Amino acid sequence: MCAKKVDAVVIGAGWAGSILAKELTEAGLSVVMLERGDERATAVEGDYPTSIDELRGAIRHRLFQNMSKSTVTIRNTLDQEALPYRRLAAFLPGEGVGGAGLHWSGVHFRVAPDDLALRTNVVARYGKSFIPEGMNLQDYGVTYEELEPFFDKAEKVFGTSGEPYTINGKVVGKGNRFAPDRSDAFPLPAMGDVYSASLFRTAAASVGYHPYALPAANASAQYTNPYGAQMGPCNFCGYCSGYDCYMYSKASPNVNILPALRQDSKFTLITKAHVLKVNLDADRKKATGVTYLDLRTQKQVELDADLVIISAFQFHNVHLMLLSGIGQPYDPKQNTGTVGRNFVYQTITTSRAWLSPKQYTNLFVGAGGAGVAIDDFNSMNFDHGPLGFVGGSPVWVNQAGVKPIAAAVGGPGGKAPTWGEGYKDAMVDTYRHSLTIDAHGSNMAYRDVYLDLDPTYTNAYGQPLLRMTFNWKENDIRMNQYVVGKIEPVIKAMGATRYSLGMLKDGEVFDTRRYQTTHLGGGAVMGTDPKTSCVNRYLQSWDISNVFVIGASAFPQGMGYNPTGMVAALAYWAAYHIRTTYLKNPGPMVQA
Amino acid sequence: MKLPSSTRRNFTAGLLGSTSFWIYGGHKVWADALQSESSRPYQPQYFTSEEWRFLNAACARIFPADAHGPDGAVLGAPEFIDRQMNTPYGHGELWYMSGPFRSGAPNLGYQLSLPPRDLYRQSIEAANAYARQLKGQRFDELEPSDQIALLKTFEQGKMMLGAVPAHTFFEQLRQNTLEGVFSDPLYGGNKGLAGWMLLGFPGARADFMDWVNQKGAPYPFGPVSISGETA
Ligand SMILES: Cc1cc2nc3c(=O)[nH]c(=O)nc-3n(C[C@H](O)[C@H](O)[C@H](O)COP(=O)(O)OP(=O)(O)OC[C@H]3O[C@@H](n4cnc5c(N)ncnc54)[C@H](O)[C@@H]3O)c2cc1C
Ligand code: SF4
Repeated sequence: MCAKKVDAVVIGAGWAGSILAKELTEAGLSVVMLERGDERATAVEGDYPTSIDELRGAIRHRLFQNMSKSTVTIRNTLDQEALPYRRLAAFLPGEGVGGAGLHWSGVHFRVAPDDLALRTNVVARYGKSFIPEGMNLQDYGVTYEELEPFFDKAEKVFGTSGEPYTINGKVVGKGNRFAPDRSDAFPLPAMGDVYSASLFRTAAASVGYHPYALPAANASAQYTNPYGAQMGPCNFCGYCSGYDCYMYSKASPNVNILPALRQDSKFTLITKAHVLKVNLDADRKKATGVTYLDLRTQKQVELDADLVIISAFQFHNVHLMLLSGIGQPYDPKQNTGTVGRNFVYQTITTSRAWLSPKQYTNLFVGAGGAGVAIDDFNSMNFDHGPLGFVGGSPVWVNQAGVKPIAAAVGGPGGKAPTWGEGYKDAMVDTYRHSLTIDAHGSNMAYRDVYLDLDPTYTNAYGQPLLRMTFNWKENDIRMNQYVVGKIEPVIKAMGATRYSLGMLKDGEVFDTRRYQTTHLGGGAVMGTDPKTSCVNRYLQSWDISNVFVIGASAFPQGMGYNPTGMVAALAYWAAYHIRTTYLKNPGPMVQA
Repeated sequence: MKLPSSTRRNFTAGLLGSTSFWIYGGHKVWADALQSESSRPYQPQYFTSEEWRFLNAACARIFPADAHGPDGAVLGAPEFIDRQMNTPYGHGELWYMSGPFRSGAPNLGYQLSLPPRDLYRQSIEAANAYARQLKGQRFDELEPSDQIALLKTFEQGKMMLGAVPAHTFFEQLRQNTLEGVFSDPLYGGNKGLAGWMLLGFPGARADFMDWVNQKGAPYPFGPVSISGETA
């Protein structure tokens, strides 16, 4: 232990934690960042060719959370008994320096501005009665204009490749016409379209949609970011998702932020330090620091700090709040409390189109963040009036590099066998000549979907596991079905020889055995009303003013876009207000 | 095959226990070599000889020989599975394995207390017992068509194999077989990179700067493994 008392302690060395640690050391604070996992350096984890190993990487989950130590329990409904999520599948939390930011894919969005005030917008357009019974629709309490400088900053740090539509109100490019206005261009030009994405682009335009290149935190060219961190050009190796990029082309805390932080004498990173709880003072008004378990010595260490940043990933944030007694736990029966309320996820379904035997899609070629998308059915970009649901989905071809084990285990799709006779024929056709199109959509918050502590199961340190009560709801199922229906004309325009549409079925329950996304949200949501939010619009706890909770835990509902661009912008936004307001006069920045 | 001679020697030695002349020729000859390779010396480290026979039969039915090439047993899937049993994965150390163990709705996932190595042990014994009861013979002694019928019964999951729902066992077996066929040969399967050749997957090449979009042309280069083996 190097210090018993520091200015700020940051829990978790992922994107959110690294951004806060960088900003706070820039402000002159001494900062200790605690990470439960191992040190991770791209020179080791991303070493070529040993990192190009599907079994060790995405299949045996080398860089992911060690489930033997801790997991969550899951149930679908309030009256069910929750059971442990024993094997990683549906979502893949990270562990180790860089967090999930080391093995993410790199799709790097801003936000659809309408989503930030979704409740206000839905009510204004369709009236209050449009909101289904039991849905907790809420606003974030922050506007796009306020966040814009921080989206811009995050893109420059990440070295994001993309094509703008408007800059300062002027149409400048062929980017996403539904995207909000920008103050500056992307730091790098858009990634190229792989063959499947180029087919989608042409076909989508031919049926009247508005295709655009996905903004990608994969570098389309050599780049040096404002911290002096360098990235090499992405070669479409296809090993983003689940891996550390051996080309230093995918943005990660490890490549884009930590090299600068590590040089700062005010910054200390302690790995294998599992934070057990945030400590509070006697009258539970202030945090005094944290207690962590040193996993090397198995000894508990108390570390005092004036400021505590909880940035341990969406559901770990909520878990730490519940374990520490920060805020009032949500009770779905009484509809009281806020911690764990509005737990949300994302809907995702995949459709497949088969092309002629002369067209090779070379599915292994790709980059995690690259592709072509349409936003015509995302957010409030279309009229929900006659449809009667809230939310939407971007639709895209995001050929991120399909590896053979995942492809083979997933099976050829359609009605083809998943083993035995006929399997190989179908698999060859699928792997060589097909492409996939995802509907990657929103998921609303509901009164009976939430997070709390499990009454039965514990982690390796004797603490109760976090319990997820989660299920798909009719609103989101109908949204998914509607948007997937809009994919069909594109597939036909592509000249597919056959296709299968992937959509949620009526009444479908959440299945923990199938990977969906790691885009979990909510549970410690931001807002303007302490009765319905855990943190204020600066991500400061309403209850304990020297605790800030940073991550997708702040999202009041699950959006159609991937979350990390928004997480990074919120992190810079919160850091800015800590630096300019909070540090001058520590205390609540908004009166409850 | 365009292999430097030292790599080629390692490759064939690893594959067959000795260097052999027929590996020199083209793809066809090499596939034949794999076919006739049943006498290779790999000795299972975890599975008993009875279990080993079960695995060899099951891998060959799940990933059968056909015009595309040899079956999963020839490609080393049983060796792969055997070797996996002695890894943290095989011991269940990658899973949350604290009790209580309760059964629940299938969509809540695996809830048995068995790590993969115990799951195989119990299920194979029960599967052989079931085969004997039904047909008077162990699984591996049955005709392939009967083996397929049994695997289908397991897949449909209406029965238990010991403490294990048959479907759970079948899915474990199917998944591990395919992992063996398609993982880097480092792990004992995917002999001669035949799994990757089937799909046209180039292995550890991992550099497609010039192949981002060739307008639907097939990628022209064969696979390379982590150790530099090519096919
Ligand atoms: C395979 C995959 C692909 C993805 N692709 C995309 C994408 O394309 N686009 C996108 O926007 N998002 C993507 N995501 C999501 C993205 O990774 C996350 O949104 C992002 O990493 C969240 O950052 P974070 O800092 O909140 O959490 P993390 O990056 O997860 O970091 C949290 C850190 O806290 C540590 N921690 C947790 N608990 C404790 C504790 N008690 N004590 C000490 N340390 C602790 C963890 O070990 C971890 O290192 C993907 C995720 C995965 C898994
Ligand atoms: S596809 Fe590009 S960004 Fe992704 S791992 Fe490969 S080189 Fe890195």
